[in-house]
Amino acid sequence: MTDWQWFFIDILQAFAAGVLVGGTYGLMCVGLGIIFGVMRVVNFAHGDFMMLGMYAAYYLVTGFGVLAFLGPYAAPIAGALLAGPIVFAIGWLMHRFLIANVTGARVISAEAEGHYAQIILTLGIALVLANGGLILFGSLPVSVQTPLSRESWEIGEVLLNKARTVGFVLAVALALLLYMFLTRTSLGKALRAAADNPIAAAYVGVDVDRAHRLAFGLGVGITAVAGGLIASSQSFQPYIGFDFVIVMYAGVVLGGMGSILGAFWGGLTIGLVQQMSTLVLPYQLQNTAIFVVFLLIIFFRPQGMFGRVWERT
Amino acid sequence: MMQGARSTLKKHYAAIAAFAVVYLLIALLVTNSYYQLIMTLVLVWATMGLSWNILSGYSGLISFGHAAFFGLGGYTMTIAFVKWGVTPWLGIPLGMIVGVLAAIIIGIPTFRLRGHYFALSMLAYPLALLYVFEWLGYQEETLPMMREAPARYMQFGDQRVYTALALVMLIAAMVISLHVERSRFGRSLLAIKQNQPAAEAAGVNVLKCKMLAIMLSAAVAAAAGGLYAVVLLVVTPPTMFGVLTSAQALIFTLFGGVGVYWGPVIGAGILVPLAETLHAELGHIVPGIQGVVYGAAIIAIVLLAPDGIYWRIHDYLAARRAPESAHAPARAVASTTAAAEPQDRRPAGAPLLELDDVVRTFGGLRAVDGVSLKIKEGEIHGIIGPNGAGKTTLFNVINGFLPADAGSIRFAGSELLGLKPHEVCARGIGRTFQVVRAFPRMSVLENVTIGAYLGASSDAEAMALAYAALERVGLAGARANAIAGALTTNELRRMELARALAPRPRLILLDETLAGLGHEELEGILDVIRQVNREGVTVAIIEHTMHAMVKLADHFSVLDHGKLIASGPPGEVIKNPAVIEAYLGKKWMDRAQHPVS
Repeated sequence: MTDWQWFFIDILQAFAAGVLVGGTYGLMCVGLGIIFGVMRVVNFAHGDFMMLGMYAAYYLVTGFGVLAFLGPYAAPIAGALLAGPIVFAIGWLMHRFLIANVTGARVISAEAEGHYAQIILTLGIALVLANGGLILFGSLPVSVQTPLSRESWEIGEVLLNKARTVGFVLAVALALLLYMFLTRTSLGKALRAAADNPIAAAYVGVDVDRAHRLAFGLGVGITAVAGGLIASSQSFQPYIGFDFVIVMYAGVVLGGMGSILGAFWGGLTIGLVQQMSTLVLPYQLQNTAIFVVFLLIIFFRPQGMFGRVWERT
Repeated sequence: MMQGARSTLKKHYAAIAAFAVVYLLIALLVTNSYYQLIMTLVLVWATMGLSWNILSGYSGLISFGHAAFFGLGGYTMTIAFVKWGVTPWLGIPLGMIVGVLAAIIIGIPTFRLRGHYFALSMLAYPLALLYVFEWLGYQEETLPMMREAPARYMQFGDQRVYTALALVMLIAAMVISLHVERSRFGRSLLAIKQNQPAAEAAGVNVLKCKMLAIMLSAAVAAAAGGLYAVVLLVVTPPTMFGVLTSAQALIFTLFGGVGVYWGPVIGAGILVPLAETLHAELGHIVPGIQGVVYGAAIIAIVLLAPDGIYWRIHDYLAARRAPESAHAPARAVASTTAAAEPQDRRPAGAPLLELDDVVRTFGGLRAVDGVSLKIKEGEIHGIIGPNGAGKTTLFNVINGFLPADAGSIRFAGSELLGLKPHEVCARGIGRTFQVVRAFPRMSVLENVTIGAYLGASSDAEAMALAYAALERVGLAGARANAIAGALTTNELRRMELARALAPRPRLILLDETLAGLGHEELEGILDVIRQVNREGVTVAIIEHTMHAMVKLADHFSVLDHGKLIASGPPGEVIKNPAVIEAYLGKKWMDRAQHPVS
């Protein structure tokens, strides 16, 4: 084959990898998007909840091997899915005892003052989780062991990593399920109402604090599942959350802050950007490319692809 | 009031000097080299906290990216030393220059953002730099030992020399912060923090203030980063650019006290020794203990004392001291220097503000749709119309909050479109807001002083102008020292009016100044507006209730769905069928014309 054909295959390969990775990023961003959409809270600890999801999957599958009986193919999938309820419970408790103090109906109409406390509180939670993770889990990078991550399907010359492909399919399926939950069930509709206009939702009888607790648990739980899915194709350590916070915010901002569907497309786009950037940039600068894209988005289109302009005079 | 300032400034210097002497004495007594290191690190991190405080504490824009400046300071010094043998004595100032340049490059685009967006994008800068420095191959840079001339290269056998150096750096940062706090610049930053649109409309050049703040802040952070690298002898991207580095700056400040120069010193003084000692004792068992301590500290402070320890103690002491005495009002200064001389009212006639075919759309909505009108010098011009008619949008376009899509606005002959709010204010147009935009934590006098800076060349003159404006609206005397957050609606409306009047504008734009007032309060404000107008200020006032306006205005312009539907003397306008229809609807219009028998 000629150089040009190889180059073309490289592009296709990067594109395929981008879509596959992007699917899980999209699911992650949906989790963050729910929290931002419903609560208007910038959750800095979101990446660290994802990290908890990764370790939950790791200990269930590889560490303690509780799920080993499912075999090397099904166990990582079950582990990732189980990470969801575990982190949901942690998030629910965090909201109940910490975050509810600085969010909710009484501060939602307050201007900058309220956000100040929220950002700082979630930063504190992030530090405790990341460093607590260092104490509990150690600093050595680990990953969920599965033959899936070493095997690929071949389509023409393009290789599709099995772990990533399975992750993509599950992520899309979960995102669709979530979409149905939000549009079909009354609970989901109440959540969307609270996201659309928290004050009006409170007036028509949506229990804002309860909606927030649910949204927070759901948001971190979904992201934890996405983390669990990534855990089998990437090694991680307790500090990984801070890198992913930017990845996720890039996706959410790109999709339009407040738009839950938009968050999925935003995350997918960020995955593409990250993988395509390897064609022109050295591997170490992958994340730098995301940061640059993130900055470009907020400078030129802060309302994102699906969002609307919030600020009014 | 200003004379008192000099003596309190001396008190501040005395307190800083006392702190420095005590700290140095303690440092001299410490012989354990590990404790010596901690004593130095406390000072470095206190300086870093002060740097964060200069930008984020005063202006309220939360930065999660101060590690960018810290890291650039440290790496500039290190690379200059390692590659070209430049001594840190020069390397640290060089790092400060690099830091300031980075601040300019970061500040210009990033200050377009506010709130969440600002905080998030600041987080991205140091993380991006972290990967860039790793990619460039600076994973671990060690300073070479210079045994022949150690002092020339800032290498001392006695650790305590570093403590002294760090102390000098901290004192400099404290003095800078002290002067920022007490200057017009600092007060402008506080005004931006409390209500940015109000600050803009009162003539504060918001971008310039923020840029100065980030440049100053970056210089201090870079110095701290440079000295940190000198003390530790090694730099790595995670220690210089990592999230924890940015977070520490913020945590020490918030823990100790935000917006006050003692805050970061208290915060670093408590948390650094605590975390370092735990790390030394338990670090081998529990490696992330420092981060956990910092995280827990910041969670506790947000929930228990959101403004930090300094303010907790301050409020407690203030409550114990009780209502000692209100400050003596600056009445004497005010009446002598700058009582605005009432100019003779010029005959209404020459147009002062001319709008020509002004258009402003939001998506498909034409909020202001081809409005042309003239406001004549000396008149009271009422702009009326039902809710959603585009009145406030029109004001926002005039004073520069919103760009127009088409048309022109000339004020005293020169074009206003394209100017920023503070520039419009400087041309002589003041404004008030539909929802009062006060600086809630400042006193009434301070609120108005922010507005007066534009018309004044010194703090004393601004204060005098402010006091004169307060007299005009009837808020002078004891109420001048009340905190704005505690005022009634009536007083807030008057205070906002005074803030708009303080720089002695030619035209004031009043946005529903009469809303929410009782009958007597209404009459009071109407008298003030008439008096101000008699003294030569042209008034444009928005209202949607008609009856108070009929008594007040010389001229009516009526907006409906963004269009000017009528303009003329009040008596004629209120009989205009189009106006009645806009207010009452078509059904009523028909009924008025064809009464049901």
